[in-house]
Amino acid sequence: MPMINSLEKATNPTAPLHEHQFVALEQQKAAATAGMWVFLTSEIMFFGAIFSAFLIYGYLYPEVFAHFSQKLHLLLGSLNTGILLTSSWTMVMAVHGAQQQNRRLLLRSLVFTFLLGAVFLGIKGYEWSAEIRSGDFPGSGQVNPRQGEIFLRLYFIMTGFHGLHVLIGLLLITGLWIDTARKTNIPSSQLHFTENLGLYWHFVDIVWIFLFPMLYLMDKPRLPW
Amino acid sequence: MNETALPNYLQEGTSLGSWLLTRDHKRIALLYMFAITFFFVIGGIAATFFRLELVTPKGDLVEAATYNRLFSLHGIVMVWLFLIPSIPAVFGNFLVPLMIGAKDLAFPRLNLLSWYLFMAGGTIIIGSAVLGSVDTGWTFYTPYSSLYSNSHVVAAVTGVFIVGFSSILTGLNFIVTIHKMRAPGMRWGRLPLFIWSQYATSIINVLATPVLAMTLALIALENLTDLGIFNPWKGGDPLLFQHLFWFYSHPAVYIMILPAMGVVSEVITCFARKRVFGYNFIAGSSLAIAFIGFMVWGHHMFVSGQSPYAGLVFSFLSMLVAVPSAIKVFNWTTTLYQGSILLSAPMLYVIGFIGLFTIGGLTGIFVATLAIDVHVHDTYFVVAHFHYIMVGGAVMAYFGALHFWWPKMFGRMYPESWARLAAIMIFVGFNLTFFPQFVLGYQGMPRRYHSYAPEFQVWNVLSSAGASILAVGYLLPFIYMAWSWKYAPRSGPNPWPATGLEWQVPSPPSKDNFSGIPHIEDEVYAYDQLFGKSDEPHSAPS
Repeated sequence: MPMINSLEKATNPTAPLHEHQFVALEQQKAAATAGMWVFLTSEIMFFGAIFSAFLIYGYLYPEVFAHFSQKLHLLLGSLNTGILLTSSWTMVMAVHGAQQQNRRLLLRSLVFTFLLGAVFLGIKGYEWSAEIRSGDFPGSGQVNPRQGEIFLRLYFIMTGFHGLHVLIGLLLITGLWIDTARKTNIPSSQLHFTENLGLYWHFVDIVWIFLFPMLYLMDKPRLPW
Repeated sequence: MNETALPNYLQEGTSLGSWLLTRDHKRIALLYMFAITFFFVIGGIAATFFRLELVTPKGDLVEAATYNRLFSLHGIVMVWLFLIPSIPAVFGNFLVPLMIGAKDLAFPRLNLLSWYLFMAGGTIIIGSAVLGSVDTGWTFYTPYSSLYSNSHVVAAVTGVFIVGFSSILTGLNFIVTIHKMRAPGMRWGRLPLFIWSQYATSIINVLATPVLAMTLALIALENLTDLGIFNPWKGGDPLLFQHLFWFYSHPAVYIMILPAMGVVSEVITCFARKRVFGYNFIAGSSLAIAFIGFMVWGHHMFVSGQSPYAGLVFSFLSMLVAVPSAIKVFNWTTTLYQGSILLSAPMLYVIGFIGLFTIGGLTGIFVATLAIDVHVHDTYFVVAHFHYIMVGGAVMAYFGALHFWWPKMFGRMYPESWARLAAIMIFVGFNLTFFPQFVLGYQGMPRRYHSYAPEFQVWNVLSSAGASILAVGYLLPFIYMAWSWKYAPRSGPNPWPATGLEWQVPSPPSKDNFSGIPHIEDEVYAYDQLFGKSDEPHSAPS
């Protein structure tokens, strides 16, 4: 096992030693990846709790939920779905860049991913403010029927938690960009970080893939068959 | 061994910073130990007050509102700040790397962060108690905690929310460590049963705790803003809260009991001087309990108005948990069969565990039965039942583990006769405290009232008398353990002697646990090789 470490050092003399609790760099990488997957599993349960709440209330009050779903801005929602999907592609390019020791590609892809994520948040923020202005938010006193409040509460909480995850992703991207810009090569610890950040970013994207049809497309007429 | 020349982990710096910024899993385990001991005392003080109140039928010591806050504080502190972290955070932290032959957990910094999150959450909970506590019970049921909340619910649920992240991160750390950091030769089938139980516990922590986190976030949002979803005035359903809450909090019972079962498996095979019986079944039943545990939450809601068909299914599934639990009990008792049993203090605790856990488990089948549950729901029968599991089970095992691994942690023996006395006092005191509550509950005394009908008094006096014996039993280890820390004779690396990797390194272990990478060539419970106890002829090394 220690041979792998010395090989790594031989091919890349500036590579830092693995952290002291591991016997080899390979083990460190395996642990980091496994840790990310376990964390994401935990995140699925976190979002799963509120998704089930939404589905249960949608089942209890189908007409109300359909009505309020119709009020959401479908065009902006679809645009945001496209933006987030594209950002997953640029994130894949960032990981690819890191794997190929291509600093330029990594840095450029991170910038694109950051911009797409930021635009997503901007559009989401615009949607929120438009909804709040038109009185479609819980506690405005204008929500009719009252079960519509539940739709709106869940909508704000779900998109809020999702937006928070995007925001955290943006902070991590910024950190990785600064780190990469400072160095001349991509050490393996940074490659692991990039790969794990990629996993996180795709997860956040997938959450949106579930959120979008649940929130925006709920009122669409049933298919004829 | 040249390892003895290395300084042990306690000698790696004595400054406050060397403890508060440590990344050594063993030091973090001790940090947890001090913290949860403190919380245990607070939870115990709250219990003392209401056991005193319940000596007389009339509410004469505290008012009804104060009583509500006392039992809520007791429940919140004991469940979230003591029972859930107890064995995993203290002994899991200390032992997981040692038992699998690793230098540390996979993510030492995350481990330290978990402790800080735990302390932050604990501080907020204690802070809310100082401000006036909450009166919802430890379950935070809506609408007590939302629409009609008149206490510090937001602070308390925020504290529990943060503590929850501490358990998620600890669980994540254990899962990754057990998967990726086993020493060469430490195959899954050679893992100590304590590791299997920690693994099953960690799965529950990682999968169930986030649901609690989301639920508590919704409660806090409902109190702070208009963004809650359980408010019936707005069409919300308070029952949804119960579903989400018990989806976590029933598996949480297994977060408390599974690690305890791991301790029992380790201790019983050591003091029976015999290979554990049915290794595969004990390991597999831990996973089975974790798995089935996710599908039984509805048994807390038999009288909440859920569909009777759902009740039927939940009733059946709940009884199913009894199967892997019984498998464990049978395997432990079979391990004792024809063993050379040594009744040291850890073994006394563990035998106590088996008895109390069996009573708790069997009464669990009573309350899992729909018709009986309707009769005993929210009575002292339920209180007695879950105390037999949580206190009779988890706390007994915690003390058993404390005595068993104390020499490993501090390199000194505890005073054996005092420890046996404490174990017996705890066992007797516990039964005297909680057995009368089965009778009270069956006779119909509801839980959570500060006054009661006079005919219940005799059982309540018995219970309070038992609680005072229990309190002395808990107090004794504080005193003699503190004494032994400095003055007791040194124990050497393997005082029992026991098998297992952790006993092959010096006591206390060095910072990196092992001087090299250990290689494992044999199963873990080779007590027959150590003592020549086997049905097959064996040449035992003396």
